[in-house]
Amino acid sequence: MSISLSNISKKFGQFSALEHINLDIPEGELVALLGPSGCGKTTLLRIIAGLEKADAGRISLSGEDKTEQHVSHRGIGFVFQHYALFRHMTVFENVAFGLRVKNHKTRPSEAIIRQKVHALLELVQLDWLHDRFPDQLSGGQRQRIALARALAVEPSVLLLDEPFGALDASVRKDLRQWLRNLHHNLNVTSIFVTHDQEEAMEVASQVVVLNHGRIEQQGAPSDIYDHPANAFVSNFIGQTNIFDLDGEGNAWLQTAGLSMAQVQGKIAHVRPHDIVIEKTKVDSDTWVTLKDWQHLGALIRVELVNNGTTGQSAPVYAEMSNDQFRRLQLHKGDKVNLRIRHAHWFH
Amino acid sequence: MSQSNIMPGFRPTLGFTVLYLSLVVLIPLSTLVFKSLQLTWDDYVAIIAHKRVLASFRVSFSTALIAAAIASFFGFIVAWVLVRYAFFGKRFLHALIDLPFALPTAVAGIVLATIFQPSGFLGKLLLDTFGVQIAFKPLGIVVALIFISIPFVVRTVEPVLLEFDASMEEAASSLGATRLQVFTKIIFPNIFPALLTGFALAFARGVGEYGSVIFIAGNLPYISEVIPLLIVTKLEQYDMEGATAIALTMLIISFLLLLLINLLQLWVRKRSGQL
Repeated sequence: MSISLSNISKKFGQFSALEHINLDIPEGELVALLGPSGCGKTTLLRIIAGLEKADAGRISLSGEDKTEQHVSHRGIGFVFQHYALFRHMTVFENVAFGLRVKNHKTRPSEAIIRQKVHALLELVQLDWLHDRFPDQLSGGQRQRIALARALAVEPSVLLLDEPFGALDASVRKDLRQWLRNLHHNLNVTSIFVTHDQEEAMEVASQVVVLNHGRIEQQGAPSDIYDHPANAFVSNFIGQTNIFDLDGEGNAWLQTAGLSMAQVQGKIAHVRPHDIVIEKTKVDSDTWVTLKDWQHLGALIRVELVNNGTTGQSAPVYAEMSNDQFRRLQLHKGDKVNLRIRHAHWFH
Repeated sequence: MSQSNIMPGFRPTLGFTVLYLSLVVLIPLSTLVFKSLQLTWDDYVAIIAHKRVLASFRVSFSTALIAAAIASFFGFIVAWVLVRYAFFGKRFLHALIDLPFALPTAVAGIVLATIFQPSGFLGKLLLDTFGVQIAFKPLGIVVALIFISIPFVVRTVEPVLLEFDASMEEAASSLGATRLQVFTKIIFPNIFPALLTGFALAFARGVGEYGSVIFIAGNLPYISEVIPLLIVTKLEQYDMEGATAIALTMLIISFLLLLLINLLQLWVRKRSGQL
C-alpha cells in the first residue's frame, strides 16, 4: 500500500518537531527514516500510525485519506522500540491478540487462529517459545515476537520504531539481514526509524534523511551516498573529510588534486576512499604525516595530519584496500602526498 | 547465608527484624492464644456459638468484604484519575486521599454518623428520595469502612499504574483493540495483583475497625454489632475469657481469609508470568 504525506506539521509546545513534511512512499518499499536524535523521525512514524495527531497536513494510504482515523482502524502494524509485548500473556497469546480482539463477524475460528499464530511463529523461527512469557525472552527474541504480533493482523503497512536500537551489535547484524529477507518475502510496505546510517544503508531500499523536522533528502541508499543534496547529508551519511576553502592555508589542497578549476563552492567534502596516498617525492613541499592507521577488515583507514605549516589542523582520513596499503609499505610518521579524486561541493 | 555475601549487615538486620516482630507481633498474639487455652473446649464453643456472637461475626466479615470490594472499585478509579490525567487541584486531591489515615477514626465516625443519620444532611436526602436509611444499619458500617479503607487501595494501585508501560496500550490499539478491550485485556490484568493487595489491606483494616464504626452502626445486637465492639463489651464486663476467645477466633478467620487472598494473588501472578 502506498503512503502519501502532505504538509505534515507538528509542534510540542514551542518546539517544532516537524515542519511541512511532504513524502510519497510507493508500494512495497522498505524505507528508512534516518536522522540524528530529536530530528522528528519517531514523531513522523507515530503520526503515520495514528498514535500521534499532526497539527496540520494529511495522511493517505493507497490514496485513501486516513488523517482522522483512529490507530485501531488504520490497518497498520507497529513495532515499538522496546517491543511493548504484553507482559501478562504468553508469546502465543501476544501474537494471537490482534486476531482475538476482532469483532464476532471477522474473528477467525480458534483453529484458524492457532494455525495462523504457529505459522507466524515459524516465520520468525520462535515457535518453540510459544508458551513462554515475554520476560523470559532475550532482546532479539522479543523483537521478533513483536514483529510476528504486528504481522498477525495482516497490516497493509509495517512501521518499526528503532527496530534494532535496543539490541547488541551481533544480534543487530543478523536481524538486519533477516528483516530485509522478510520484507522481500512479504513485500509489505515498511518504514523503519533509525539513527544509524549504516543500518539505513544496509537494510532500506529508500532512505529519507531528516534533520530539525525537515526532509533533507530522499532516495536510494547509493543515490544519497554518491549525490548528497547538502552538507548535512554528506556529513551524516558515511565518513567525510571537510575542507573549508575560505580557511587559512588551504593552498596545499590544490596540489593535492583538488583542482580549483572545478571549485563549485566554499566547502569541499571528500570521502576517505576518494583520497589516494602516494609516497612523498623529494621536491614536494605539500606533504602530510601518517599519524596512525586502523584495520577495518577489508579496508585500512589511515589517519593523516598536516605538516603544520599549512594550517589544516583536523586529521584527514583516507581509506584503501589491504593490498594497496601493503604495497605502499607505509609506517607511522612517514611523509606522504595526497591526491583527491573526487569532492562534493557545498556553500 | 554464606560469609562472602556482598551486602553486609545480614546478622544485625535479621536480629533486629526478629526482635521487632517478637515484641510487637508475636508476644502479644501468643498471649492471646495462651489466655484462650485456659478455656476448655466446651467453654470455648459455648462462647463462640452464642447467637449474638455468631451474628456479630457475620456482620463484621460481610461488611468488611463488601466495603473492601467497593473501596477497591472506587479506589481504582481515584488512582486512575490521579495517575492518568493532569488537572487543576491534583495536588490538593492527593493530600485529601491520605486524610482518613491521619484522622482519628472516632472523629470520622462521629462526622459520618452526623451526616448519614435520618435527620442528617445526606441521611435525610437518601431517606426521602430512595427510602434508604444508612446510619444505625449494617449499611452504615459499610459506608464507614469504605471511608477508612479507600486510601489503602489508592496507595497500592497508584505506583503500579504509574509504572505501567503505556506503549502496551498503544500496541493493543494498533492491533485493532477497542478502548474497552485495551482496558479489560491489557490494563486491568496488569493492575489486578496490586488491586488484590489493596483489597486485602482494606479488608484487614475493615475487620478490625472500631472507632469509626461504633458511632454510625447503631450497635444493635444481632443486626449491626461488630466483633471489635463485642470484645470491648466483654472486657468491660470483666469477661476476659470471652473476649480472648472471640479475639482468637477472629484472628484465625482473618488469617485464613488473608491467606486465601494471597494464594489468589500468587495464582494470578503465576498465570500472567510475573513469577
